[in-house]
Amino acid sequence: MAEATGIKEIIKPENLVYKKTKIMTDNVLSYCPGCGHGTTHRILAEIIDEEGLQSQTIGICPVGCSVLLYNFLDIDWQEAAHGRAPALATAVKRLLPDRFVFTYQGDGDLAAIGTAETIHACNRGENILIIFINNGIYGMTGGQMAPTTLPGMKSSTSPYGRDVKLMGNPLKMTDIVATLPGTYYVTRQSVHTPANVRKTKKAMKKAVQYQKLNKGTCFVEIVSNCPSNWKMTPVESNKWMEENMLPYYPLGDLKVPAEETTQKTINPEKND
Amino acid sequence: MAKIRGSIVVDIDKCKGCEVCRVSCPTGTIAMAKEVNHKGYFYAYPANPDLCIGCANCAMVCPDGVITVYKTKI
Ligand SMILES: Cc1ncc(C[n+]2csc(CCOP(=O)(O)OP(=O)(O)O)c2C)c(N)n1
Ligand code: SF4
Ligand code: SF4
Ligand code: SF4
Ligand SMILES: [Mg+2]
Repeated sequence: MAEATGIKEIIKPENLVYKKTKIMTDNVLSYCPGCGHGTTHRILAEIIDEEGLQSQTIGICPVGCSVLLYNFLDIDWQEAAHGRAPALATAVKRLLPDRFVFTYQGDGDLAAIGTAETIHACNRGENILIIFINNGIYGMTGGQMAPTTLPGMKSSTSPYGRDVKLMGNPLKMTDIVATLPGTYYVTRQSVHTPANVRKTKKAMKKAVQYQKLNKGTCFVEIVSNCPSNWKMTPVESNKWMEENMLPYYPLGDLKVPAEETTQKTINPEKND
Repeated sequence: MAKIRGSIVVDIDKCKGCEVCRVSCPTGTIAMAKEVNHKGYFYAYPANPDLCIGCANCAMVCPDGVITVYKTKI
């Protein structure tokens, strides 16, 4: 009894520490239980809210499981044809240079059908943020092999596991775009633990702030899961991801602005 | 001595029972219900509410953003 009153005393507006941002609409997310798409949406929505960018943001939706993303964040949107989000983002940003423009794309979208658009937008240094959800599979269409599928990983089109001799090597798009002169900040993160969510938020926030500087493309890869097509529970899928995806796609910054590197040398204790 | 006390509110109707919050809670506050919500998911709830420290780990990882967290000193 005493405890019940205790809880009532805790649940008060002045004690609030975390609540879903109002940038997220009340629509129920169309994702399977435990899918990293939802977590990534929320992080992005919180940053847009905290940076006061709601009315100045234009997002470009992909084709893939996140095709309905425009229902979930209360901002302006355009829907691109499969893989063409960076091309559409280029147009939007050039027509409306004062807006914050980002794409949100899966690995099938960004690293297969949209490879050319991705590489050329990054090489031109378009002033856009590219968010890349890498779950190593075509989630929406039933778990076919993607360019990012790991060696030996089973998918509906590689039922005995990906044989790199026959099917080629996984494509590390983030490593490739980091070598291009047009990219300003390139990082790889994940959203499967509280610590990783916090790190991703920090990294994505930097990427959003860098967009204001007009210094080029920012690229944030999120190594994510697809419990349904990996045929695992969400908790198992996060463990599998940690043990198999992360060694192949290691987390951390791949390219940081030169200004930051100098600052870091001056203030080494500020590194984390 | 002042003690940190937390509390969570789960939007049970929108929870998808993924259990990601449960395994991320450092205090074992969360368990899955034995009954399902109207979507058929065994939803998460604060089974041991006295243990919650309001760290918001559960809310950070919830893909559906259905957890609200409160914290105070008692
Ligand atoms: C031009 C075209 N080709 C193929 C498809 C079929 N298709 C829809 S989604 C998809 C792959 C999506 O995978 P990914 O981008 O990794 O997103 P995920 O669902 O995994 O988040 C494909 C091939 C299509 N919609 N349009
Ligand atoms: S199919 Fe995979 S990527 Fe798509 S919503 Fe389900 S878990 Fe997420
Ligand atoms: S706020 Fe922290 S202690 Fe409380 S239920 Fe969530 S994860 Fe557990
Ligand atoms: S993480 Fe969210 S959706 Fe998943 S079980 Fe917990 S409250 Fe429900
Ligand atoms: Mg995918």
